[in-house]
Amino acid sequence: MAFFFDLFVNGLMIGSMYALVALGFVLIYKATSVVNFAQGDLVMFGGYIAAALVVLYKLPLAIALPVLLGSMIALGFIVERGVLRPMVGQNVISVVMVTIGLSQVFQGSAAMLWGAQTKSIPLPIPLEPYVIWEIYISPVNLVAALVSGVFLVAFAWFFRKSRMGIAMRATANDQQAAMAVGINVRFIFALSWAIAGLAAALGGVLWGNLIGVDTQLALVGLKVFPAVILGGLDSVPGALVGGLIIGAVESVAAGYVDPYVGGGTKDFLPYVLMILALMVRPYGFFGREIIERV
Amino acid sequence: MLRLNNVEVVYDRVILVLKGMSLEVPEQRIITLLGSNGAGKSTTLKAISGLLKPERGEITTGSVEFAGERIDHRGPEEIVKRGITQVMEGRRVFDDLTTEENLLSGAHTRRGLAEIRTDLAAVYEYFPRLAERRTLKAGYLSGGEQQMLAIGRALMARPRLMLLDEPSLGLAPLLVEEIFQIIQRLNRQEKLTVLLVEQNAAMALTIAEHGYVMENGRIVLDGPVAALRENPDVKEFYLGLTEVGTRKSYRDVKHYKRRKRWLS
Ligand SMILES: Nc1ncnc2c1ncn2[C@@H]1O[C@H](COP(=O)(O)OP(=O)(O)OP(=O)(O)O)[C@@H](O)[C@H]1O
Ligand SMILES: [Mg+2]
Repeated sequence: MAFFFDLFVNGLMIGSMYALVALGFVLIYKATSVVNFAQGDLVMFGGYIAAALVVLYKLPLAIALPVLLGSMIALGFIVERGVLRPMVGQNVISVVMVTIGLSQVFQGSAAMLWGAQTKSIPLPIPLEPYVIWEIYISPVNLVAALVSGVFLVAFAWFFRKSRMGIAMRATANDQQAAMAVGINVRFIFALSWAIAGLAAALGGVLWGNLIGVDTQLALVGLKVFPAVILGGLDSVPGALVGGLIIGAVESVAAGYVDPYVGGGTKDFLPYVLMILALMVRPYGFFGREIIERV
Repeated sequence: MLRLNNVEVVYDRVILVLKGMSLEVPEQRIITLLGSNGAGKSTTLKAISGLLKPERGEITTGSVEFAGERIDHRGPEEIVKRGITQVMEGRRVFDDLTTEENLLSGAHTRRGLAEIRTDLAAVYEYFPRLAERRTLKAGYLSGGEQQMLAIGRALMARPRLMLLDEPSLGLAPLLVEEIFQIIQRLNRQEKLTVLLVEQNAAMALTIAEHGYVMENGRIVLDGPVAALRENPDVKEFYLGLTEVGTRKSYRDVKHYKRRKRWLS
């Protein structure tokens, strides 16, 4: 049983990192109806900037972190203004293609700027696992879960309670009516991308620290799809729950099944779940049932 | 206070909907704009409030002046800040948001939380039913409550001029009366100027002072409401009465003949 809980708890912590990435995706989809295939690449880009600042330019973390967050927020803004705003009103496929194009541009430019070889982001986190009730908890996972958790709670508060959060939800609900009450919808779009950039910056540091920084880091974005399909494409709590489920399920399944099949369970089980979810509940656990926008 | 001069509106660059629309709304009055389906009433309001753009509409000629300044080609948030709020046709409340969040969203352009709280209390006073449902999602409110919420939300912006697009749409007669009474109270107590678009001409002509009748993108008739109520065309097409005072079928051939005269 300890083995199960070990896998489960560590899986949940990994899941919180999926949730972080998924949040950015859901936010952009909810506010602007753009399916952003470049979310994982934003995470990768965040990881690259973090690695470059800390390893290449030797900045202390206390300076590197604000610089990273600031530049990723700016990147989100710029992508929205420069690339997606001119696409408003175009059909869904064109917009999807643009985000796929963006993802390649991010990967290419990161490799060109900072090199393709894998870099590490050294964080001052101990390696020795904590043992609580026979469960081995990796400090890296714990820190990741805490950072993700704090960000998600802060965002949830902002989204639920603040006036700007209300304006964001209003815009997601009915754009023209939002304009009628004086909400600057274009600003809300840019803000959604900026917050997605912020989440990607944190995700980039955490994931980069865990698996190293190279263009492969963008692949964490692929796990976002099962998470958001499970939770509901347009649901912020759904992103959290979906991320946690994917993290826990892949960890438990890999722990039990991998020894027999020689690995790889982690990589396909989330997608099996996604396909099943799409067949049973296409709008996710928390998504709106009206999905004519998809 | 508000003046439209010869406004033309084109959708999708080709569909000409307003064809030289002019009207005037003096301060602290209730003015009503009547017209049959598709006449261009909603388009007129959107031209004022700057909401044409998301529908790919555009003011091509003419001007909209508010408080002495031109506001055509300004963004909707700028127009809300200047004191005009539109209550859109079909209520358009944010159904995923609670009643209170809907109201707060209406104050988006304003600063000063304390004043916003005071105004929130004032809106609840005008619409006590909303106060009872403040934590309920707006999607679960009844049609009448949603209309009240839409008006309350617009009030939260502290407008000087409110554009109301068919507030009676789909509501029971008793509710319509209640909502019209509140509009009248707002006009008197809050010194709110109102431009009211209505299909329910009988109601609109009881609370307004002056009325405009539009057909096919332009004004065909206007005057004090007392005069409009006596006008045979208004009686027939908008009040549904013939000279002897009986209800008349809209399928009547004569209806179309007379309408044609206005169109030409
Ligand atoms: N977004 C649009 N694109 C193209 N044509 C439009 C658009 N919106 C309205 N129209 C056309 O403009 C004309 C006037 O529409 P509008 O909604 O202003 O009428 P209305 O007087 O408000 O009618 P109703 O009483 O039915 O609400 C109609 O013929 C309509 O088909
Ligand atoms: Mg209309």
